[in-house]
Amino acid sequence: MELVYSWLKEYVDVDLPIVDLAHALTMLGMEVENVRLLGYPKPDGGNTGISFHGLEWDPEKFVVARVDEVMAHPNADRLVLCRLFDGKDELSVLTGAPNLYPYKGKGPLAQPLKVAYAREAAKLYDGHKSGQELTTLKRLKIRGVESFSMICSEKELGISEEHEGVIILDSTAPEGTPLVEYMGDAVFEIAILPNMVHCANVIGVAREVAAYLKKPLKFPDTTLLSKGPSITDKISIKIINADLNPRFVVGLLQGVKAQPSPYWVQYRLQLAGMRPINSIVDATNYVMLEAGEPLHAFDYDVLLKRAGGETPKIITRTARKGEKLTTLDDVERELDDFTELVCDSAGALSIAGVMGGLESEVTDQTTNVLLEGASWNFINIRKTVASQRLNSEASYRFSRNVHPALAETGVRIGLQRMAAWSGGTIAEGLVDEYPTPRVDPIIVISESDVERILGIQLKAKEIAVLLERLDFVCTIENDLVNAQSPAYRTDIGKDVIGKADVIEEVARLFGFENIPPTRLQAELPPQRGNRSEERDRLIQDTLANLGLQEVISYRLTSPESELRLYPAGSEPEVPQYVEIQNPIAVEKRVLRRSLIASVVEALERNIRHQERLLLFEIGPVFLPNKDELLPDEPARLAIALSGLRHPNTWDQKGIQLLDFFDLKGILEALLDALHIKEYVFTADTHPSFHPGKCALLSIGEDQIGWMGELHPKVKENYSFLEAPVLAAEIDLDMLFTLSPKDFVTTPLAAYPPVIEDLAMIVPEGTTSAEIEKVILSTGGILLKQVNLFDIFRGEQIGAGNKSMAYRLTYQAPNRTLTDNDVGKLRIRIINQLEKELGVIVRKAD
Amino acid sequence: MSEKSGLIQELEALQAKAELELKNIQDSAALQSWRAEYLSRSAEVMSFFKRLPEAPIEDRPRIGQFANQVKTILETQFEKKESAIKQADLDANLQNERLDVTLPGRETTRGRLHIQTLVLREIYRIFAEMGFQVYRSPEVETDENNFELLNIPAYHPARDLWDTFYTTKPGVIMRTHTSPGQVRAMREFAPEPIRVTLPGMCYRYEQIDASHEIQFNQVELLAVGKNITFGDMKGTLEEFAKRMYGESVRTRIRPSYFPFVEPGGEMDVECFVCGGKGCSVCGGKGWLEILGCGMVHPVVLRNGGYDPEVYSGFAAGLGPERISMLRYRIDDIRNFWGNDVRFLEQF
Repeated sequence: MELVYSWLKEYVDVDLPIVDLAHALTMLGMEVENVRLLGYPKPDGGNTGISFHGLEWDPEKFVVARVDEVMAHPNADRLVLCRLFDGKDELSVLTGAPNLYPYKGKGPLAQPLKVAYAREAAKLYDGHKSGQELTTLKRLKIRGVESFSMICSEKELGISEEHEGVIILDSTAPEGTPLVEYMGDAVFEIAILPNMVHCANVIGVAREVAAYLKKPLKFPDTTLLSKGPSITDKISIKIINADLNPRFVVGLLQGVKAQPSPYWVQYRLQLAGMRPINSIVDATNYVMLEAGEPLHAFDYDVLLKRAGGETPKIITRTARKGEKLTTLDDVERELDDFTELVCDSAGALSIAGVMGGLESEVTDQTTNVLLEGASWNFINIRKTVASQRLNSEASYRFSRNVHPALAETGVRIGLQRMAAWSGGTIAEGLVDEYPTPRVDPIIVISESDVERILGIQLKAKEIAVLLERLDFVCTIENDLVNAQSPAYRTDIGKDVIGKADVIEEVARLFGFENIPPTRLQAELPPQRGNRSEERDRLIQDTLANLGLQEVISYRLTSPESELRLYPAGSEPEVPQYVEIQNPIAVEKRVLRRSLIASVVEALERNIRHQERLLLFEIGPVFLPNKDELLPDEPARLAIALSGLRHPNTWDQKGIQLLDFFDLKGILEALLDALHIKEYVFTADTHPSFHPGKCALLSIGEDQIGWMGELHPKVKENYSFLEAPVLAAEIDLDMLFTLSPKDFVTTPLAAYPPVIEDLAMIVPEGTTSAEIEKVILSTGGILLKQVNLFDIFRGEQIGAGNKSMAYRLTYQAPNRTLTDNDVGKLRIRIINQLEKELGVIVRKAD
Repeated sequence: MSEKSGLIQELEALQAKAELELKNIQDSAALQSWRAEYLSRSAEVMSFFKRLPEAPIEDRPRIGQFANQVKTILETQFEKKESAIKQADLDANLQNERLDVTLPGRETTRGRLHIQTLVLREIYRIFAEMGFQVYRSPEVETDENNFELLNIPAYHPARDLWDTFYTTKPGVIMRTHTSPGQVRAMREFAPEPIRVTLPGMCYRYEQIDASHEIQFNQVELLAVGKNITFGDMKGTLEEFAKRMYGESVRTRIRPSYFPFVEPGGEMDVECFVCGGKGCSVCGGKGWLEILGCGMVHPVVLRNGGYDPEVYSGFAAGLGPERISMLRYRIDDIRNFWGNDVRFLEQF
């Protein structure tokens, strides 16, 4: 909300500098982020929490001036010369403002005009350039006439974008007065919290400021200066559902004439962010901004006509099925059956609290105005706003629950303002339909309640004093305060909720700044730690230590994006996804089921910038569960690698590319970090992977994940280079469950090991795992380690064969092994290998 | 005292000659031949011992002694020269091995954690030291947990604070904050006291640009127990701010509104870039908003299974991406999940 400083000062004596006022508003819960200055110099910045902007009007250079005569320019039709008095001198000033043409050549003006005048060397905004561009007034000749000063438009002073005409001030403006003194102002951009609708108006803010400064509020007089006949027989009101429309108040103003509002009214409306229209509409807007009650002005004669000359009857009711109304934005709207309408006997007049209808709207020809102030159910208003997608200043307020008391206050102030600016006579009295007057809640709070929640000790009296400053009506009983919520607030609840609401008010007025910070003394809960967090940490650290870069992807994706992991033409049926009903883009319309797809895409995104990439991500995937409302969110790990095995350096050019075994080595290191020993990688097939370069990782019976080189046809779906792309996806929940919580160390061996090499010729189809298994199971407890150290293929081995060489480490915990011990084992191992796998063990040379 | 014996004179001449030659020797080959010439078994000095009988008997001890003296001197000089030449050879070799130490080091493969993993861990650590433990909850949530039970009924004005992604399943949404974890934790632990850190990804319906993201981390803090006050909240959060932003940082809490807390507030820290003078990081304001906080609303306590007349608590929520953006001057929030390694490898 834009809060106009001068307007605020009408209701409370603010003796604070602008900076301090902004701070006070912020600490009251109305955060001020920006302050727009009109004419005032920028205060010294620094730790104010506010940014200032605006144009300074130098008091020497900008003054109120009087135009006594408007004369034709000797050489230009579109320019005029004004005879002007600036308080000191009589001057001749050149201007092209069209709104001065009507006065041209009329001789000395009977009613001189008051204008905002800028002297030579004044700094102001260029009226002819878009945006706000500073310029300095210089002496120059325009079509043979010297010009050195200017009568200003709003744009030139930084008030609005208006630059066609010059400002014509109210006739009371005193010439010679510095402009900043006459109309300098500040506009505070304040954030109105959703529960603070009672502050979404100038008086509402003034109340808070008054409470803060311990000063009285100067509320406008609401006595009606009625001169006309009574309203009573001019209109009747019927409320069908008082839950939806608790109150409906109208007043009547007869014999008005719509005209431009006084300049100070237009000026304030503009500063508050509203466009001036005419004196009738401006009055409704002004009072809404001033007092917080959105008003609606009907053309009374239209109502009379619609009633066929009978007394018009206002009926408020919900819309009928299929009922339509053309609103004043000239849109015909089909209404929902929950939407509350203001109607008469001939049908709908307006959408209650949201927008008026076109037909009964006031126009320049309107002479009799029926002014409505009402109270509406805020939730119902919100439903209508959502359904009609129709926001307005009125609905902004009504959808936040405006107190019914404001309906009457608003109409009273509104009638007076309207009569003052448009003429006319106020009819005697109001018609006020208020079937069940609201009872504002009374909250009982104790000294100990305040201490228990805020940690400060206040006496009942002190609590009451704070609340009374906010217009709560308080009585004290011992340590209890009974506080009744003021008749303009709707944010104070009942019972335990009301208590919290009132304690918040105590804290706010006491000042958050004044509550001393303390350390938690409450009982410490049982310390449980968090296994999944510890798991993630271990896995992330291990992988980063192994040289991988962690990535974090969007969880929102598309099925197409995940299907890229399958060769074109052999995509599986699209699985069920958690789908977003209102996605921001089609490529972000479901929640991922595959983490590997995210990491492979991350690899793709970077592949052109990096010669080697090793990426991983951990996080949930989202799998709909037909037995549960919410999907399962199992944690996954995905890894993707591609590029050079070693980074290139200036003396070594890498040629080796990352391959299957680099990825496998990473997974083995991870399993080692988790102290998982009993895992196996078995050859497997998966459509995403190369059929010969794919493995399944299992631990016991559990399948933990897949790894492999991307199938060449899958690679084609991405913009990868020639290097193979390796990827793996692991079920983290399972992996971690299978990781032992504890493990034990092996004592360091006291006796030396015996190391032997064993080379054998093996058919191609025999796997290393098979050979190792035979060696280990035959070697018994003395055989500590088996390591493959060489594979060789060549003519001497024979086609279809390979030579595999293993290094065997034997060791006993209690003695030095002899050749005899080892020899016996070796013979058993060789025999077993030859028997089980048909290998030929090569004899030592 | 007789005149100098002829042998002694010869010895002196020999010594002088040997010393002169040694002086001019520069390399170890010449040194070795010098040694062979003067100090080997067949060398000249040695021959004087054989020639002793040429001298008168009474001079012989003196000549022998002198010959020994010459031999020792030459040996000592040889050793000195030998070590000098070795040193010179070594110096020359080392000189040849001289590197251009300004050449780049060989790149090792350093892995890295994502910057947000690091920032989250930092936050966890600070809160863990105050007894707050990580409590995780689902990212896809029920409307009930995300809104209703947090005192945000349907059509309430407070709902405007969150733009929500709905799933196609009625009543199921992407959580807009980690606050549903408050209800889950309370329902799990009531009536025990609670101190938890609630972290994780949250989602908001927005158009993505440099300062708006649809997916973001949040970390919330929840303390529930007996006699937990606003003062405790202030103290806890001030300690956090000091740990996170530096011992001398100034903070303020100003009133704000979140439906699940009351009184509610927002905490600002004095801009640590300009020290409060106003700069582009703080938008000229001097203060940076870092978290929302407040005393747990009685409705939320009740929904969690705690009697609000007996128990109280506070909650606070902060944005780890904002912390990184401020700290590392990241000007585009899209960098976080864009996975561009050129960004990630800067941490």
